Amino acid sequence: MIWGSVSEFLDMGGYGLYVWGSYLVTLICIAGEIILVSKRKRTLLEHLSLIHQSNKQEKTNETAS
Amino acid sequence: MAINWFKYSSPASFYFLAGKMVPFFSITAAVLCVAGLYIGFFVAPTDFQQGEAYRIIFIHVPAAWMSMFLYVVMAVWSGIGLAFNTRLSSMVATAIAPTGAMFTFLALWTGALWGKPMWGTWWVWDARLTSELILLFLYIGFMSLQAAIDDPRRADKAGAVIALVGVVNIPIIYFSVKWWNTLHQGASVSLTQSPKMATTMLTGMLIMSLACWMYAIAVTLIRTRVIILERERHTAWVGELQGAAR
Repeated sequence: MIWGSVSEFLDMGGYGLYVWGSYLVTLICIAGEIILVSKRKRTLLEHLSLIHQSNKQEKTNETAS
Repeated sequence: MAINWFKYSSPASFYFLAGKMVPFFSITAAVLCVAGLYIGFFVAPTDFQQGEAYRIIFIHVPAAWMSMFLYVVMAVWSGIGLAFNTRLSSMVATAIAPTGAMFTFLALWTGALWGKPMWGTWWVWDARLTSELILLFLYIGFMSLQAAIDDPRRADKAGAVIALVGVVNIPIIYFSVKWWNTLHQGASVSLTQSPKMATTMLTGMLIMSLACWMYAIAVTLIRTRVIILERERHTAWVGELQGAAR
């Protein structure tokens, strides 16, 4: 094992700010991308199912009248 | 066995194929990422020159490679879409752009955080850094141009022109460290020379690159599926999909 303790690991030989600053921003970017794309998908699917339902509604109305 | 490849050039078939592939790539990406980070932080030794700061390499180099590689892939799909008028290839190109831009930003960001302790500056107008910044602008230009055009097919064509013209920047980025005197160091991995770094460092970096690759494929497939649904929402098969989901 290279690291003697957790604080030594976090300190990264004095370069903690730079190393963790890199990895933290990477994590934020990747998490953000995943959240954005899933949100886009969810909104779209909700929108599509609304359209589908209103189409079905129209069809039943037409056959009824 | 003859596989009918043309079948998958139809957005509808690709939608289902991509849906089946996403879990495989996502899981592989996660596993490789854990393995790569473990090697990077617990197995790879301290660098004799740079101390622990070099550990940024495990994200910096993969991000920089992906930024260039994804651009080439995006340009190829754009080009195919432009030449053969295939809708799906243009949709894939559009889906790659945000991920490519993200990796470009990460390459620049981690580069700045690495440059500060090693070179004493966050940024220099050096050939490597400047051409990578231009790459970011190319991605942003591609996305904004496509977003500005209402007709998706016209947006595809306009984007393809930017993507194809911008490809000239890729060899410039790659060879910049050879062609000019740059502050940035030379290529980390070369096919003709034996590696200059410890094997465990190299292994960690390559595993992280594979992880980024798998991640990029997974997220691009997810985004392509969303784009397919957006563009094909008036077609019968999307309607049937909604009917089946109820």
